[in-house]
Amino acid sequence: MSQSLDTNEIEAIYRREAGRVLATLIRLLGDFEMAEEARQDAFAAALERWPTAGVPENPRAWLVDVGRNKAIDQMRRNHVYKSKVLRLEKAALEEAAEPGEHPDAAFGDDRLRLIFTCCHPALNPAVQVALTLRAVCGLSTEAVARAFLVAEEAMAQRLVRAQRKIREAGIPYEVPEPPLLDERMQSVLAVIYSVFTEGYAVTSGEQLISAELCLEAIRLGRLLGALLPERADVQGLVALMLLHDARRKARLTEAGDIVLLDQQDVTLWDQGQINEGVGRLELALRMPGRISAYTVQAAIAALHVHAISQETKDWPQIAALYEVLLRLQPSPVVELNRAVAVSMVDGPAKALLLVDSLAGRGDFKEYHLLHVVRADLLKRLGRRDEALSAYRAALEAAKTDPERRLLERRMTELGGAQLP
Amino acid sequence: MQYMLLIYQKDMDAGQQDQATMAKIYQEYQALNEDLKKRGQFISNHGLKAASTATTLQVRDGKTVTTDGPFAETREQLGGYYVVEAGDLDEAIGIAERIPSARWGTVEIRPVWGS
Repeated sequence: MSQSLDTNEIEAIYRREAGRVLATLIRLLGDFEMAEEARQDAFAAALERWPTAGVPENPRAWLVDVGRNKAIDQMRRNHVYKSKVLRLEKAALEEAAEPGEHPDAAFGDDRLRLIFTCCHPALNPAVQVALTLRAVCGLSTEAVARAFLVAEEAMAQRLVRAQRKIREAGIPYEVPEPPLLDERMQSVLAVIYSVFTEGYAVTSGEQLISAELCLEAIRLGRLLGALLPERADVQGLVALMLLHDARRKARLTEAGDIVLLDQQDVTLWDQGQINEGVGRLELALRMPGRISAYTVQAAIAALHVHAISQETKDWPQIAALYEVLLRLQPSPVVELNRAVAVSMVDGPAKALLLVDSLAGRGDFKEYHLLHVVRADLLKRLGRRDEALSAYRAALEAAKTDPERRLLERRMTELGGAQLP
Repeated sequence: MQYMLLIYQKDMDAGQQDQATMAKIYQEYQALNEDLKKRGQFISNHGLKAASTATTLQVRDGKTVTTDGPFAETREQLGGYYVVEAGDLDEAIGIAERIPSARWGTVEIRPVWGS
């Protein structure tokens, strides 16, 4: 019985330390695959030794040392790596001579380096996200595969190919210098945000994983914020994720039905996360430099959660912020959101003009939110038949069951026939 | 590590470009070469004649088949290359973006075996 308890404890340590141990092993060994193997060996050794010898005082340092030694042993058996073994042994000796080995700061730096490696633009964007989840967040290949809706084997191959490219092409394992930092930061933030949105999108039956992805993204964001505290865009992104995620419990009923923002049970909102989000947002707003799109979105999210009801919501300011966002990051999604805000300030007729002009500019047949917004506006204008046909178009384009059920409820409210 | 920087661009016909532009580009290349040599990053570099002068060859079952023209007939052709010494991919990217042709053509970066 004590054996199984110890295994649980070791697994908890694995969950906590896996990312850091891997990042440091990659720096020491200079090779992704070798580092993954070394980490596996180190944890296998821990499972064997810790139950009897006890957990070492600094498990992280222990795992790194054991992993490195296992890798050196492995390399020694393969003479191709002779020069590398010598270099590694020399480095290990030098390190041992210095007092206070493995300071926490060095671990943080290793993870930061690893994030920049995984998000290097020489890798394709989807692979950047997958590799970050696997290597930095320590998700299993199976969990990453599930998030991307591909078979585990296909994902494993994709990850191996990416790791090879990192090694063969010499993608650096370093935080870029300032002239490159801004540019590279954009791809790091985009990766973290897509981890989050991947988890935030409601897909039926997969809510557990979704929550996990959101938490991983927030954890990564907080880590980046702690390591690069001077960056307003990082703080803005973390604020945005916190403010959205704070409402996770209130977004769906127990049956998995969508609850819209203005009907959500405010007591289900995570007030701690909201406070942290607002704190980080204020920090970001006070920092000098050009405001980032993440910060603007966080400001909008903050205005949404701060209002007690639809009536007290600061719609003029929300509309103005969408205007700013549209200039920073023009997209149909932003235009549509701005139209909704405009409808609350200037009325549904003006907003409908905006939506119709957006619809006239491209092919949005597949974009169900556009039809939803149009339908809602038409309903408010009392144009019932047009509203119903817009809801029907939305229903056709909707991708998940909760979305479909929400639309069917709306149509019933309007007295429209429910589809079979 | 050594990286090969392959320069792809539309075939440059010397007659089509005005003399001043050609001279300026030539000077830019000279300056880049001198700088790379000074930093010990220069391994080799050559410009190539037009793709229409290329001959492509395959040996299959001991028989040689030659074809007139470059390997792949596309708008952009291999126009020249550099082999450079760089610490990592970011450094190689840093050199590649200084190649004048990168502004109108494409540069492919390939790590060199055993370097």
